[in-house]
Amino acid sequence: MKTTQNSSGDVRLTGIGKTYGSFTAVHPLDLTVPEGSFFALLGASGCGKTTTLRMIAGLEEPSQGTVSLGDQDVTHLPPYKRPVNTVFQSYALFPHLDIFENVAFGLRRRGLKSVKKQVDEMLDLVQLGEQARKKPHQLSGGQQQRVAVARALINHPKVLLLDEPLGALDLKLRRQMQLELKRIQTEVGITFIHVTHDQEEAMTMADTVAVMNGGRVEQLGSPADLYENPKTTFVANFLGTSNLIEAEVDSRSGEEIVLKAGDGKLVLPEARCAAPAAAGGRVLVGIRPEKITLTHADDAGQIPVGRNRITGKIAATSFIGVSTQYVIDSSVCPEFEVYVQNVERDARLVPGADVVLHWSPAHTFGLDAAQDIDAGVEEGAAL
Amino acid sequence: MSTLTEAEAPPPTAPVPTAKPARRRGRWTPYLLLAPGLIWLVVFFAMPMVYQASTSVQTGSLEEGYRVTWHVATYWDALSEYYPQFLRSVLYAGTATFLCLLLGYPLAYLIAFRAGRWRNLILILVIAPFFTSFLIRTLAWKTILADGGPVVGALNSLHVLDVTSWLGLTAGDRVLATPLAVVCGLTYNFLPFMILPLYTSLERIDGRLHEAAGDLYATPLTTFRKVTFPLSMPGVVSGTLLTFIPASGDYVNAELLGSTNTQMIGNVIQSQFLRILDYPTAAALSFILMAAILIMVTVYIRRSGTEDLV
Repeated sequence: MKTTQNSSGDVRLTGIGKTYGSFTAVHPLDLTVPEGSFFALLGASGCGKTTTLRMIAGLEEPSQGTVSLGDQDVTHLPPYKRPVNTVFQSYALFPHLDIFENVAFGLRRRGLKSVKKQVDEMLDLVQLGEQARKKPHQLSGGQQQRVAVARALINHPKVLLLDEPLGALDLKLRRQMQLELKRIQTEVGITFIHVTHDQEEAMTMADTVAVMNGGRVEQLGSPADLYENPKTTFVANFLGTSNLIEAEVDSRSGEEIVLKAGDGKLVLPEARCAAPAAAGGRVLVGIRPEKITLTHADDAGQIPVGRNRITGKIAATSFIGVSTQYVIDSSVCPEFEVYVQNVERDARLVPGADVVLHWSPAHTFGLDAAQDIDAGVEEGAAL
Repeated sequence: MSTLTEAEAPPPTAPVPTAKPARRRGRWTPYLLLAPGLIWLVVFFAMPMVYQASTSVQTGSLEEGYRVTWHVATYWDALSEYYPQFLRSVLYAGTATFLCLLLGYPLAYLIAFRAGRWRNLILILVIAPFFTSFLIRTLAWKTILADGGPVVGALNSLHVLDVTSWLGLTAGDRVLATPLAVVCGLTYNFLPFMILPLYTSLERIDGRLHEAAGDLYATPLTTFRKVTFPLSMPGVVSGTLLTFIPASGDYVNAELLGSTNTQMIGNVIQSQFLRILDYPTAAALSFILMAAILIMVTVYIRRSGTEDLV
């Protein structure tokens, strides 16, 4: 998927797949995680992201394909021989050992005698120096989470695997830990592979995100790239919200595709269309809610020429401080979502008002109309 | 009277009293729930204990009747006469407990982690012997270990009996009526009491802890030594207690599978009570046994440090 130089610390998955009987958890996939990057595997539960992670850790034997760390093929190595450590979902701290011994566990297993200095340093890094002699159950969720990170990081693994590490924390603590983990990763420079179902978490933390769905990688790229240029309806709906309109290709002029949606025309830059768009064919036109400007129908004349526009009626509004979210009932899309920053509020924009939605054609993206238009909506909304 | 006025006119500054009637009703609920168990314990445990305690300091004879004379010397006499049987009980019960642990742990481990869909079936098989009486099962062992039977024959031809005879566990070509037979019987009869608590505590161990240990460079053996076994300590402790305590007081195995040279303290107490009818000695022996077990168990629990293992 991503080609990088064959550097010594990359994680390379080649044709790796996992089947349980007749169920395919992970379809054969190729993935390269560059050394020192913060990589996220993002997807809803059951999409195969955790299985992929466990195959890298050695906790799951792949049905096919190979796992390499740098130049070393580790596919058939047991977990205790891999230079990889995992931060488990719900931490899996050893309940019978205190924090110090939990963190020292990996060092001791590798035969190190004097571990005190290293453990103390690591506990300081995660700000738990005071808690060294407590048992895991005496710590709060956030503290346990930091112990789990420290216990893995102290071994200086080539790769740190994080399996939904923040899933058990409340929202505020999760945000805090996201920044904390990002800070630690920058500080130690180890490759992090982070599995999560929280798209916001993946986007804030990772350099590269692989969106997985149904045991396949749907799309891989930087968070901004995935958000701006989704290639499938799943990615468009799972990452944030997208308004998708079914349209027919009318004509092509140079770099632009002109589409017919309902009575109106929409313009889509050819470069942003992920589907073949022959004249007469069908395409899904996508636009993010925050890219849209809302104008009352009375002022329609003031809208600059050259913008894509759609007419509709406001069905509902919700004021959320920073912005107002509108749901627009339009003939081409029943629930068109629009987010407007609360800078200058137009008092006429209330439910029932006729409005014109318009946006710059440059913000429009096109997707293959053969897919399920609602793919990823449920999974994305549930978060 | 005072409660009446309180209930009728709660002063506006103190609204607390209005909540009182409901709380008062609830206050007796725990005691009501405790009552059946408490009554049971008083009638069938506390009262017999007191009765036994008083019996142990009585003197007299069967013909003249026994009377409390605070004759504490009975304890000392009983102990000095029967200390070999005490020691034998501890030795046999200890050996049987150790063998149970040795046999039971791998099986409990298998059921907890490896049995998959066979788990319930194996558990039922573990409990299955309880469907027949303790006595019948022990009698069956009499047949199994019978002189000239296949077991003895096999052990003999493998020269195992030569070794055990030399160790003093068996006598010549016989297994029956030897210490080995008694220990075998005890081990067999109390094995489920070892397996079940072991299984329960092993089964409670989060499988991810094994994965975490493996992920942190522990080989499967180290994972067992450093994670699985320490976490199964509550099961080991309760299993050994559930095996050792009844085994050290047992007399059926020694009676049916042993000889006069393998008498345990249970046999002595039983014959003192039922055959010799020397009630004070029997009661004193019972109390000595109880005290000895209490002391051993306390030391054991302290030593194994399981108090903070929840």
